Amino acid sequence: MTRLRAGALTYLHTHRHAAAWSLLGPGMFWLTIFFLVPLLIVFAYSFMKRGLYGGIELQFTLESYRRFFDPLYLDIFKRTFVLSVLTTVICLVIGYPMAYVIAGSGKWKDILLFLVILPFWTSLLVRTYAMIFLMRDTGLINTWLMDLGVIPKPITMLYTEPAVVVGLVYGSLPFMILPVYASIEKLDHSLLEAAEVLGARPAVRFLKVTVPLTLPGILAGCLLVFIPALGSFLGPDLLGGAKHMMIGNLVQNQFGAARNWPFGSAVSFMLMGVVLISMLIYMRVQGREALGAMGGP
Amino acid sequence: MSDLRRLEKLARAVERGRLTRRDFLREATALGIGLSAAAQFLAACAKGEPGEKQASGGEGAAASAELEKELNVYNWSDYIAKETIPNFEKEFGVKVIYDVYENNEEMLAKIQAGATGYDIVVPTDYMVTIMQAQGMLAELDHAAIPNLKNLDPLFVSPPYDPGNKHSVAYQWGTTGYAYRGDKITGGTDSWALLFTDAKLKGQITMLDDSREAINAALKFQGHSLNTTDEAALQDAKKILIDQKKLLKAYISAPVKASLISGDVWAAQLWSGDTFQAQAENDQIQYTIPKEGCTLWTDNLCVLSTAPHKRAAMAFMDYVLRPDVGAAISNFVAYGTPNAAAMPLIDEEARTNPAVYPPTEVLSRLEFNKDLGEATRVWDQIWTEIKAA
Amino acid sequence: MKRRLPGWLVALTGLGFIFLHLPILVLIVFSFNASRFSVHWTGFTLDWYLKLLDSPLLLRGLKLSLIIAVAATLLATILGTLLALALARHRVKGRQGLEGLLILPIVTPEIVVGISLLVFFTFLHYPLGVSSVVIAHVAFSISFVVVVVLARLHGMDRSLEEAALNLGADEVVTFWKVTVPLLLPGIIAAGLLAFTLSFDDFLITFFVAGVGSSTLPLVVYSMVRLNVSPTVNAISTIIVLASTLTVMLADRFTRSRTALPAGARPKAAATLPA
Repeated sequence: MTRLRAGALTYLHTHRHAAAWSLLGPGMFWLTIFFLVPLLIVFAYSFMKRGLYGGIELQFTLESYRRFFDPLYLDIFKRTFVLSVLTTVICLVIGYPMAYVIAGSGKWKDILLFLVILPFWTSLLVRTYAMIFLMRDTGLINTWLMDLGVIPKPITMLYTEPAVVVGLVYGSLPFMILPVYASIEKLDHSLLEAAEVLGARPAVRFLKVTVPLTLPGILAGCLLVFIPALGSFLGPDLLGGAKHMMIGNLVQNQFGAARNWPFGSAVSFMLMGVVLISMLIYMRVQGREALGAMGGP
Repeated sequence: MSDLRRLEKLARAVERGRLTRRDFLREATALGIGLSAAAQFLAACAKGEPGEKQASGGEGAAASAELEKELNVYNWSDYIAKETIPNFEKEFGVKVIYDVYENNEEMLAKIQAGATGYDIVVPTDYMVTIMQAQGMLAELDHAAIPNLKNLDPLFVSPPYDPGNKHSVAYQWGTTGYAYRGDKITGGTDSWALLFTDAKLKGQITMLDDSREAINAALKFQGHSLNTTDEAALQDAKKILIDQKKLLKAYISAPVKASLISGDVWAAQLWSGDTFQAQAENDQIQYTIPKEGCTLWTDNLCVLSTAPHKRAAMAFMDYVLRPDVGAAISNFVAYGTPNAAAMPLIDEEARTNPAVYPPTEVLSRLEFNKDLGEATRVWDQIWTEIKAA
Repeated sequence: MKRRLPGWLVALTGLGFIFLHLPILVLIVFSFNASRFSVHWTGFTLDWYLKLLDSPLLLRGLKLSLIIAVAATLLATILGTLLALALARHRVKGRQGLEGLLILPIVTPEIVVGISLLVFFTFLHYPLGVSSVVIAHVAFSISFVVVVVLARLHGMDRSLEEAALNLGADEVVTFWKVTVPLLLPGIIAAGLLAFTLSFDDFLITFFVAGVGSSTLPLVVYSMVRLNVSPTVNAISTIIVLASTLTVMLADRFTRSRTALPAGARPKAAATLPA
């Protein structure tokens, strides 16, 4: 055993790259075969013809992409984009103050952070269901408001576009708070003190010192909210009543009952395109090291 | 059996190609109905397709081959009696995994996507044709399903499956709409209630089903629900897109709970499901609209990739038993195709014109047919409606 | 030095936290409500939890979810840790390409991951079932494990390893007796993250699960679509409790500096995502 070990170690010493590759190999293999290759197959499918009842016919066609640029589907794309931007903005407006307060909360910091991380780890399905439970016509909010005599009949909250946005914000808020918090925490307060000493008012200090310095966190948070929102499915599905289709629902629909895999593939690729462009913009603005600032999901 | 009922059955037999017009006229005259009246009556019914003559069901001993230990059934939701599966499991020693779907296309999509492992699926008439065309259905061994003889002749060798090579009728029904009688008065005889009544904004739903939703719009406009006419389809598309402003959601079987609770006041829904809901809230009523609607038969089929074919056919045979079939129909409130089970059907259901519609109503109804090439257009229209 | 926080800001934050947590709390509370249809409180009951035990579909889903999560976690954690070690300790040619490959699962929308794997499996005529779900879960979890473990590696004090090497231990011994114990809390935190991602996953599993392989989220989704009922509240409560426990565990492991008795420099909870 020792001889084998000695031999192996000698080999690894002299072939440094073998060591690296034995570590990289399995993981890379998995990712390439089970992540990259599937995406490539989808890309190929997007150029094929749909079979009569569904399925694929091996025949090159641009029909799926042409169909994508039909105003009907561009509308879905537009709606998805607008709702995602809206969600991001709302999350920023709510999330930044929260992150700021948490960063400055001293002994409460750990508990508050825990309270932010907790929903982030809780199943999105359960959280979306909670929204349904609250917002239905016979749900909690309407029942309480009616019991209190505030409204005569239920307000329709569910199955509307605002419901979808509320659901998206609810699901994404922790993703905004955490990166922003990370940035704010690193803030060098001496700079703020200097600004104060130099006579800047609180609002000015905030806008000209705090915000620029925490920009990496803000951008990271925006990215972490925007991209998942673009591809979201559960929110629009359960809260939108299948009436307010977003790109995610369209793709699911095409791979489901509509049985149009080429079209679904084409839509997926357009979505990926937008995601990748957003990533590139982000990296350009942040600089390459910023990927580290993003951390995990 | 009343004369009218007999007439209705005869008419359906003609419609399905089981009886020639001559035989019908002969029977009608025997009942004392004038020839011209009989001829008119017949003309009012949907035209049938010629079907082969075949021997119904297999006589002979049931297959004594060993059954597999498991069975995977993929059925519509809320479409079986509570005790059916447990009783089957007990009697045959087969473990049943039961999965549900909401519409034919969803089921087809799953099978197309390679979901091997299902043994039994329950496609509607037109979907049997489609699945057979794609080689998805196994040929049935009639020797293993001796209870086929219990099927009412009307359902033996149907136009969409001559010889019952691939399917056995399971339930049949209509697709009209359910409504809350206490919330809606008036206008409940027409599709207009669901499409154009602005007072009901936010209180109506349609089935999440491409064929059914478009069928309703087509019938509302006076077209056949099997039309491939481009203009008619675009017309229907427009109506459905306009309807979205009033629509609460596209939802199938699960809408029952909302009808019961009052979240929904009018819902496009199948006959039996409406009565299931009515059992929990008697304000719920059913309408077969005057413009007409879908008449359908759901069928048990075995997939060609089924891993447990013998158990599957044993299950089909089991369902065809009079007591089992009656239990199912009494629970789900749909029409039974099983003649031997008819005497065991609840009096209430047997005499309910909404469960077993009379002839003049049936003549307004249509069966779905496979649309061939036009399927692509329908699927596309449905996507556009959903996306709008 | 504690900064003074303006009152309105604190109030806003309070509202934000209420927004984050009230829906779930309400869900939990009403899982004990005796009334089936209405949200009026008619009495306390554990009936709905007992009903869960009666549902073979749910129990089976729970069992499957656990099995799949454990399998996926083990695989993903091992593969991801190895990847992280390679990235942190070795000069790798084509590093940028590798990093791009690693970033892909993190940024690709779940819907795209789901359908691409569906397409992949049907293309190969690979039967959808439990194994296809495990493969899928590992595929999207590896990158997250890498991120967590990498963060831990970058913050690690290498002097201990160098000391061991100087004292005559070879690479293998150093690895197992020094590196791994130091790394373990990070690995465990990554493992818990992978476990949660797998256990809670809905969309990707939706596309690659086979017949009879309905995991808990798939079953719950059907139930939610079917209708609002206290039984769904009950299973949701259980899922939330499980998540809470996992977070608390992961938190503890991220804070714990080392498995060695000697304490190293404490660090912020930086190994938790973001």
